[in-house]
Amino acid sequence: MAKEKRKIIMTAGSGTINNRQPFLRSLRHRPLWPQLAVMGALLLVSMAAAAGMGYIEVGYGGVVRIVVSAVFGAQELAADIEPAARAVILEVRLPRILTAVAVGGSLAVAGAVFQGILLNPLADPYTLGVSSGAAFGASLALLLNITMLGVFSVPLFAFAGAVITLGVVMYLASSAGGFSSNNLILSGIIVAAILSAGISFFKYMADERVSVLIFWLMGSLAARTWTDAAFTGAVMIIGTAVSFFFARDLNLMSLGTRPAASLGVDVRKLSPLLLVCASLMAAICVSITGIIGFVGLLIPHLVRSVSGPDNSRLIPLSMLTGGVLLLAADTLTRSVLPEELPIGVLTALIGGPFFCYIFRKRQMSRMVPGGGQ
Amino acid sequence: MIRAADVSYTYGDKKAAPPAVKNITIAFEPGRFYGIIGPNGCGKSTLLDLLCGHTEPERGSVSFNGRPLSAWGRKALARNIALVPQSVFLNFPYTAREIVTMGRYPHLSRFAAPGAEDRDIVDSVLAMCGAENLADRYMTELSGGEKQRVVFARALAQNTPMLLLDEPCANLDVRYALLLMDIAAGKVEKDNRTVVAVMHDINLAARYCDHLVFMKSAGIRAAGPTREVLDRAILTDIFGVDVKLSREPAIGATQVVFLR
Repeated sequence: MAKEKRKIIMTAGSGTINNRQPFLRSLRHRPLWPQLAVMGALLLVSMAAAAGMGYIEVGYGGVVRIVVSAVFGAQELAADIEPAARAVILEVRLPRILTAVAVGGSLAVAGAVFQGILLNPLADPYTLGVSSGAAFGASLALLLNITMLGVFSVPLFAFAGAVITLGVVMYLASSAGGFSSNNLILSGIIVAAILSAGISFFKYMADERVSVLIFWLMGSLAARTWTDAAFTGAVMIIGTAVSFFFARDLNLMSLGTRPAASLGVDVRKLSPLLLVCASLMAAICVSITGIIGFVGLLIPHLVRSVSGPDNSRLIPLSMLTGGVLLLAADTLTRSVLPEELPIGVLTALIGGPFFCYIFRKRQMSRMVPGGGQ
Repeated sequence: MIRAADVSYTYGDKKAAPPAVKNITIAFEPGRFYGIIGPNGCGKSTLLDLLCGHTEPERGSVSFNGRPLSAWGRKALARNIALVPQSVFLNFPYTAREIVTMGRYPHLSRFAAPGAEDRDIVDSVLAMCGAENLADRYMTELSGGEKQRVVFARALAQNTPMLLLDEPCANLDVRYALLLMDIAAGKVEKDNRTVVAVMHDINLAARYCDHLVFMKSAGIRAAGPTREVLDRAILTDIFGVDVKLSREPAIGATQVVFLR
């Protein structure tokens, strides 16, 4: 039995892999539009379902009627629905749902871009220390009780922290020949380690405010406003559009800088541009919702294993898949679980083990003689 | 034609480190197969990087068809100069066919999908390199030599007047080494292309290259037609090993035996 399994694994490289998962494997050679349409439809359905779920329950039809009546000002359409339900859906749930979708989509696209540039399928928006920088900035604002900028104090500090950290990491990693992916990852880890020590110190100093700090560090989509939703939505759309525009160059960059340059990519200009684009996407998300890990790592992986590594497919599909999955996770904590769990904890609890599983599976299927890295 | 005029380049600290390439002036002309030969660390790969525009020279300039490389757009340059790098590293599960298709990107506009002509080119270069059976396999599952053939096929798909090879046969068995060299030599002879290959196997270079460039410590020691420059004195000088040269009639080329 064990021997036979091994045999299947050993021959996987010589073409039988196509027979093992015929449908999923063949998706990478199928046109992109149907896949986008399916994911887009799934996204809309899950948004409608999530809007109806919670303490006050409303059916799909009710949700659609409320939204349509609000958008087109046709009050009579939703006249039979309780005003309280209307208010909850329009003012509480929809902003939260849209923020969840935008943050999930942004983090997933940022992850795909980082993995392409750093030539490392294990990179994610946090590899370059972006999250630690944001956390440091936010902790500082929370600890010193800085409120001079109103409700935007913590997000602004978080954003500044993320951007400054990115600048330091890129400065550390830069050399005459541009950025090497190893240098970037190493610099990111070093800077993140220093910042984590700082955050631990803040926690130690925070006394009674420590719970606010910890809650922020664990990430939350609760109490999002329409401003948050509009802001993260714009970030997702602009960031995804920029990344998609350079999708083909990203494909070439995953071959390494020399081959990419010889195939017509201006690596020295493009790699900092895309790094900044992806980091800004992650930084803005983190500054608004706190740290939500594993989305940027997991989603591109998942999409790549189904639809192939081509970035012109990976980027739009990751955006939709990230939106669907983060929304599902958030809805789970909001209305299914008895106690609302911080979303960052949930994504790590689900995403971590799942990632271990696919990572292990990949290691096993790599056991092809002479086929190592 | 590609021309390097008095180029120098130093890695790292420009003052402390010795230059990797120093004051090199050389031109590579169409219809010729050049072999660059020299001991480890003599600047061969750096020269290749300078020629393809990946590295900008610290001093001097490199020009292609009379225009400095810096004045060429990256994509236009990629339609003229293709590079086969020394090592192939890939972390994503692209199939060999997808990798070879990337060689067509410089000829396509940003969002254009490869057309029938591109697909025909990809199929034909895969067949040419004996890699048609690898086409639908993942690059991450191929052996070093198989990957090298795929990457060579990608450079052919780029269909450029100029082909730069960095130790193209390093991981290949004899059969495929001869096959790839035959293909390169054919491009030079029939299509008037320029091939510049960094070679470690002197006998392979002596057999295929019509011009040889001998490098030692960041400079050129000798350059010219193979039958004029390939001699005992120069080989002993650059490698520090005594050699015996003899004409091998079976292949019509001079071959080298290393004595000590």
